[in-house]
Amino acid sequence: MKFVKFFFVGIFFGIILTKSEAVSWYRIYEMFKFQSFHMYGIIGSAVLMSVCGIFLIKKFKLKSIAGRAIVVPSKEKSFTRYILGGTIFGLGWALAGACPGPMFILLGAGIYPILIVILAAMAGTFVYGLIRHKLPH
Amino acid sequence: MDFLLKPWPWFVSGPLIAIVLLLLLYFGTTFGMSSNLRTLCTISGAGKYSDFFKFDWKAQRWNLTIVLGAILGGFIATHFLSDGTTIKLNPETISDLALMNFTQVGDTLLPNEIYGWEAVLSLKGMSILLIGGFLVGFGSRYAGGCTSGHAISGLSNLQLPSLIAVIGFFIGGLLMTHFILPLLF
Repeated sequence: MKFVKFFFVGIFFGIILTKSEAVSWYRIYEMFKFQSFHMYGIIGSAVLMSVCGIFLIKKFKLKSIAGRAIVVPSKEKSFTRYILGGTIFGLGWALAGACPGPMFILLGAGIYPILIVILAAMAGTFVYGLIRHKLPH
Repeated sequence: MDFLLKPWPWFVSGPLIAIVLLLLLYFGTTFGMSSNLRTLCTISGAGKYSDFFKFDWKAQRWNLTIVLGAILGGFIATHFLSDGTTIKLNPETISDLALMNFTQVGDTLLPNEIYGWEAVLSLKGMSILLIGGFLVGFGSRYAGGCTSGHAISGLSNLQLPSLIAVIGFFIGGLLMTHFILPLLF
């Protein structure tokens, strides 16, 4: 039962990303062509509102549903892994037009070829796990 | 209720995504979708090959539940919350894509030239999906997050690493869109 709330958040997330067209290959293409404000508006307003939310959480030391302090984990400090990993991710994002959330949402939307992308993304994750010690982080 | 069936503008969708993120914080978790790919690898037995996949995947069941919900959300949105409105892309985008021989641009969520069965079952189309997916999976784990983990969660928490990752997303995305896609189509 404790997972029900996550299931509903997932449904909500899937509906938002579909209705906002953020799951569309075309919208990603248009974003990287700087031909529309749409995607920038979505990400920008999501970040702006979340910045305010997280600020309030920290200021008022708000508690989670389980009564624990809400901590937003910090990312480990580095440059190489973020710029290289980010660039590799960006190449794939603009090619397949789908990132790890929308992949699954598109499956629900009935785009079955996306399964190939999901399996390939698992393969990419797997290969990273195999060779990560040899990569500069 | 008509507005629900139309595409939602950015100023509705963006704040709703923020609510998703804040809800997940309130639930004592974080917002990050690419972690699920690692969890799925672990469930498939990847722990036999790398310690990277040796972790208690059951602790990630909440996130997999979000994935299940997201799949259902995609189904609900396309079947019950859509009036079939085409995507209102910039006319320039449409003509740029027409130059690459894309047709019916914006009529469906995804282009037939990449996701239509005819394309998918060709060597080129299959390669695009395989390579694209592979890069997304590899890159997101290397960078330690994707659009949700870095561009939304990380930036919202004012994390410099996330800003570097997002700059990387754009370097890769711009290279692909401006230089590689025109070679492919």
